[in-house]
Amino acid sequence: MPQWVDACAVGDIDEEDLIRFDHEGRTFAIYRSPDDEFFATDGVCTHEHAFLSDGLVMDYIIECPKHNGRFDYRTGEAKGAPVCVNLKTYPVKVEDGRVFIDVA
Amino acid sequence: MDNIVIIGAGECGVRAAFALREEGFSGRITLVGEEPHLPYERPPLSKNCPVAVKLIAEESRYQDAGIELLLGRHVERIDRGDRSVHISGGERRPYDKLLIATGARARCFAGMEAALTLRNLDDARLILDALRPGLRLAIIGGGFIGLELAATARKLGVEVTVIEAADHLMARIVPGEIAAVVLKRHQAEGVKIIVGAGVTTVREKAVRLFDDRVVETDLVVAGVGAEPETRLAATAGLAIANGIMVNERFATSDPDIFAAGDCCCFPFGGERVRLESWRAAQDQGEHAARAMLGKAASYARVPWFWSDQYDLTLQVTGLPRQGLPHIRRNLSDDAFVLFQLDQSGRIVSASGIGQGNAVAKEIKLAEMMIEREFRPPAGELGDPAVNLKAILKASS
Repeated sequence: MPQWVDACAVGDIDEEDLIRFDHEGRTFAIYRSPDDEFFATDGVCTHEHAFLSDGLVMDYIIECPKHNGRFDYRTGEAKGAPVCVNLKTYPVKVEDGRVFIDVA
Repeated sequence: MDNIVIIGAGECGVRAAFALREEGFSGRITLVGEEPHLPYERPPLSKNCPVAVKLIAEESRYQDAGIELLLGRHVERIDRGDRSVHISGGERRPYDKLLIATGARARCFAGMEAALTLRNLDDARLILDALRPGLRLAIIGGGFIGLELAATARKLGVEVTVIEAADHLMARIVPGEIAAVVLKRHQAEGVKIIVGAGVTTVREKAVRLFDDRVVETDLVVAGVGAEPETRLAATAGLAIANGIMVNERFATSDPDIFAAGDCCCFPFGGERVRLESWRAAQDQGEHAARAMLGKAASYARVPWFWSDQYDLTLQVTGLPRQGLPHIRRNLSDDAFVLFQLDQSGRIVSASGIGQGNAVAKEIKLAEMMIEREFRPPAGELGDPAVNLKAILKASS
């Protein structure tokens, strides 16, 4: 069963950037790509505890602010050392200017 | 090519071993590590108590990749004549290519022999297990290791004194403005900091300074830098100068022997440098792996360092130069970045400090600017209203 949660407004995220979204004790990262699509992943790096929302997005890559682990935020794929565990991703939909993620 | 041997199972050697497989090498990979432990990350050793052991890779990943790990063993000798290494326990392994990734060892100056040093997991356990509230800890050296240990110990209620010979903390790599923030924070936390004071002798319960002051203490740790571990390379007759001399592909003076990480001295931006850096160790290991397979171009990765003390993180990218002015960019009340430009207006370094990861994005952007030899329009770096990502993108 999908569990859609209203995370933010479309305008809350700049193009090619991300924000942190906390929900029921979990932290997510929500991204807006350069071509204006939205994506969501876990909000904490798989290498060490660091919030990805402090990191830099370039194209489709989020780089962890702590030790430079890189992920493709569309698929969650870890792009090499020091990260070797992929980020979990979540379905996203946009309705009436709001971004929803399926946290189930 | 059938056999590659890597000496040293730290961040560099491990990264090189995996990179060889990622690049398609199907021969035998032998990774020799002196310590008995599975290869682990060193940066957490000074930052957490109790010691946090963070493996570079789980054991199964070595098995899956077909990397033969020889732990608790050391290479006694490199025989360049028959291209083999002699490993403790009486084993000899042939190599077609050899990578020396022996890292660095903690430095110890004359008179300081009684001090402990913090370089590996066993060192960290010995020191951190001894910490308890009220213990008097004297740390010689106000560099990254010493100050991180000071912060870790202070959080446990240890009475910490840091003794630094230079006039400011972290003088080797960090601009004075940032060192001042760190100094203030340590003092606010109750750490006693003595700068401009060299140490003459260390005894079990006392550290004597040049000016005859005596710091009474229960435990003494020296964090006064590291020396490249070059002994094997030197015995094998390879060229050495502040580390094992390598070219831009990390080949030593013997074309079948490569060296990378803290132990090597490589050409960078027209000079020769040796870095003691977690990320450089990885980058260079990866680069050397490709070079051994005949694939690498010149190495141009920009240096990057960080330090965590209390809730402060400082990050440095590029190599700060003495004497070049800084352009300050304030990110918030307590986070800022200092950029350095050379005479041609090209960014050569950026250093930042703030709570948590407050400076991470700007430092990353600065790193990309350095890599691209970017010359920012005058006045823009220091203006917090200017979006650095936008000006970088506009330039490319």
